[in-house]
Amino acid sequence: MCLELIDVNKVFSHGGSNNHVLKDINLSIANGEFLCILGHSGCGKTTLLNIIAGFLDKTSGQVLLQGKEVKHIGTDRVMLFQDTTLFPWLNVIENIEFGLKFKGLKKAERRKKVLDLIDLVNLKGSEHLNVHQLSGGMKQRVALARALALDSEILLMDEPFSALDAYTKDKLRSELLRIWKACQKTILLVTHDVEEAILLADRIVIIASQPGTIIREIPISLERNMRKDSEQLKKLALSIKEEFGIVNEIESVS
Amino acid sequence: MSTKLSQYLNKELLIKIVFYMGLVLIWQLIYYLCVDVLQIWKFYSFPSPIKVVQSFIYIVEDHTMGVALYVSLKRVVFGYGIAIILGFSIGALLSRLKLIAHPLRGLFLGLQTLPNISWLPFAILWFGLSEGSILFVIVIGSLFSIALGVDIGIRNINPLFLQAGRNMGAKGLSLYTNIIISASLPTVIGGMKQGWSFAWRGLIAGEMLAASTGLGQVLMTGRELADINQITVIMIIIIIIGVIVNKYIFGSIENKVLSVRGHTPRP
Repeated sequence: MCLELIDVNKVFSHGGSNNHVLKDINLSIANGEFLCILGHSGCGKTTLLNIIAGFLDKTSGQVLLQGKEVKHIGTDRVMLFQDTTLFPWLNVIENIEFGLKFKGLKKAERRKKVLDLIDLVNLKGSEHLNVHQLSGGMKQRVALARALALDSEILLMDEPFSALDAYTKDKLRSELLRIWKACQKTILLVTHDVEEAILLADRIVIIASQPGTIIREIPISLERNMRKDSEQLKKLALSIKEEFGIVNEIESVS
Repeated sequence: MSTKLSQYLNKELLIKIVFYMGLVLIWQLIYYLCVDVLQIWKFYSFPSPIKVVQSFIYIVEDHTMGVALYVSLKRVVFGYGIAIILGFSIGALLSRLKLIAHPLRGLFLGLQTLPNISWLPFAILWFGLSEGSILFVIVIGSLFSIALGVDIGIRNINPLFLQAGRNMGAKGLSLYTNIIISASLPTVIGGMKQGWSFAWRGLIAGEMLAASTGLGQVLMTGRELADINQITVIMIIIIIIGVIVNKYIFGSIENKVLSVRGHTPRP
């Protein structure tokens, strides 16, 4: 197993009132798996990602990476943010190189690695652009390359494509799949977009909100290039959306 | 594109030259009318452009100007240097404090509004009419702007930058050298620029009262000799140096820092 979550709970306390954001989350992700966590905004999926990354403390439970418990921020679990957080004072090359500076690599090795990554994410010709000169899609490519540079065990992606237009989204999703296959990465991607989860994932985990609990796991075995036109998956998308609605109604009544 | 830009720049420069030539012409006209023709003003109470130029040549030739410039610039560089070292230390410390940071920042803001000449009585009681007093006024005047710039710059860093940086392996000192300094730079430079303005004013004020050489002292000598033309020369020199440092040193650094980050450079 790449990543295991055992009975993870998160309670936020604000002046006496407790908000149970995540409740008894148990989840395993195999090495090389592409797992999508699907849920409404506010269901705690970003909180879960922040806990795995070590940005937030959990209230109880364990997070294991390759069998070892992890508690702090580490380069073995790299997060890709929705708004990329590229450093605006560095250009494309320098951003991608950032994490390599702390790994004790020689300058020449670093440059070679960065250039390989620039090739991988199709950014050739944009190496020396500043961040503000990049489009949203290009920023996500740089962010992806910057994360890949660290050779982490797992990539944590927090709605990475939600701010992009439909065309760019489509393009980046298929590129992400190509890179995922090429690098044999383990990816945990959080999204509220049902179609996105169905297109990308080996397995979808649905989280309901208040408190955030895993309510369904759906493995998807169909080849990815067949997914767009599959009637079966269209039905699946519809049923997930309906189920979402039902879950929400029940939640809001109770 | 570039020819258009150069045309625009040339036009801007041309307007500037015409403007200042016009200004000098009006000045000369007023002098001629009020001092020479109508004689409502005395020649010693209103400067004349021609005599200002003559006075400039005179104090350049007898080395008064060179010595004053050298001494003043040495003082301000030294004082501003101390202010930077102290200001950066205090600012960095302030950004890490929690409980007393708020009242401390309020205090610094208050002290910053105090014109630096108000410190001169203190300075003279502590250091006498000496170099120490002038340095003290320069340092105390620019210190708080620099410290507040550093403090606010660090505090306003997007927390996601720090999170991302830590996630990629930066910690402790490397977090400072790789993220905190770069991310806070625009605000820090703003504070340094303001600090420079205060240092420059503090220098002249201090020299007017406590120095035996320097631009401020030459200004006061002009008053003692009732030489309004010499006073005017020194005032113009003070303006020119202030503008050069502000625009061509701090301004160009600021524009570079801002344009890399995609902000429109300030005019």
